[in-house]
Amino acid sequence: MSVSDQGLIVPDAGKFDLPEYVKPRRGNHPPLDSPAYKSTGLRHPKQPLVLLPHRLTEVTGPLLGDGLISMQDADLTTQHAGEPQGQRIIVFGQVRDSGGRPVPDTLVEIWQTNAAGRYRHAREHHPAPLDPNFDGVGRAITDSGGRYRFITIQPGSYPWGNHYNAWRPAHIHFSLYGRAFTQRVVTQMYFPGDPLLPLDPIYNSVPDDQAKTRMIAEFSIDDTQPEWALAYRFDIVLRGRSQSVFEEPHA
Amino acid sequence: MSELLTPSQTVGPYFSMRLPWPEGPYVVAADRPGAVTIYGRLIDGAGDPIPDGLIETWQADPAGRFAHPDDPRGPVPDGDLGFRGFGRCATGHDGTWKIVTLKPGPLPFGDGRTEAPHLDVSVFSRGMLDRSVTRIYFPDEDEANAADPVLQTVPAARRHTLIARPAEDGYLRFDIRMQGDDETVFFDL
Repeated sequence: MSVSDQGLIVPDAGKFDLPEYVKPRRGNHPPLDSPAYKSTGLRHPKQPLVLLPHRLTEVTGPLLGDGLISMQDADLTTQHAGEPQGQRIIVFGQVRDSGGRPVPDTLVEIWQTNAAGRYRHAREHHPAPLDPNFDGVGRAITDSGGRYRFITIQPGSYPWGNHYNAWRPAHIHFSLYGRAFTQRVVTQMYFPGDPLLPLDPIYNSVPDDQAKTRMIAEFSIDDTQPEWALAYRFDIVLRGRSQSVFEEPHA
Repeated sequence: MSELLTPSQTVGPYFSMRLPWPEGPYVVAADRPGAVTIYGRLIDGAGDPIPDGLIETWQADPAGRFAHPDDPRGPVPDGDLGFRGFGRCATGHDGTWKIVTLKPGPLPFGDGRTEAPHLDVSVFSRGMLDRSVTRIYFPDEDEANAADPVLQTVPAARRHTLIARPAEDGYLRFDIRMQGDDETVFFDL
């Protein structure tokens, strides 16, 4: 390594070290072939995966920032002229990596049903009412401490065609980028005590029971807004860097 | 000691409520000099199109650099600041998707070798509990592809599934087959 006029570290002869991201523990993520969730059958790779080393394309990623969103994107209850039906809730938490470091400035996107369990989507046919005052979509950027906060409505359960009398537990879909291609994750947030959880093949596709509970938000009486809204904490843990590599914290 | 990760779950059938945005497929405007359109179909194990899929791409700029703090070569020089490198496109009813972008440059691998120009790709859909990761390489890079340290680890008989094909109008075609005879190579990231 040498240092350029601008004070940048310039690798010599194309040789340099990059951070390595830890492999998820076995059973942390669901197997792509999960027969209880029938649609996985024709949509999972059957050939062995090829190991992809973490090089420049993998340790970088889109830093999708402020330009994309406004304050209103994080409040799903004020996107229309009137207020949506249902129980108002605050959903908040911290995005951090598996080494405990907060992940700042990262895009968090959510989508969900309305209070009646109906998505606003052309292919959705569940005969529950749409709510003219609720789209069920939100966006936020984490702050310097990795924190995000949405105001929304308690989503409903809905039937689906996986098996006879199948119902999804209430959930909110979350999509995150982190700061590297390796950290990208799409998940679902569930609610504590939901009687449908033990019956749901998507929730139960995660083999590790402890990992599974990472998807259940925690009710927080301390964070409710008295006379106004209940609150749920949902912390999200992305892949961290392996400890062997020396690293500077993100500025 | 590292913490358990938040597990992945499927995007489900209704992600298009939120995730796509109008300029998503346009990493650059279609009329930008050097813009290339990469398109293809996302196909399931029965040979049927996957109409509720989402394709995301991530890549270096034409100089092979990233505007990102973990690129050890430092900030991207001025001219390329407008290049985001990220594309996102939902599949249509016939499973087709497209990305309009600039061809990335070759990249140093870090050990003195060079990676051929490529895009990293994430594939999501209903029925996929986690993303599947693949790469798009370019058909006019025979020499660079042959020397690419990642392609070299792919069984020779399957490498062609990672290389886009020239198509009409100067487009490039890249079909993604989840299963079957020409199953696309997917990576363990």
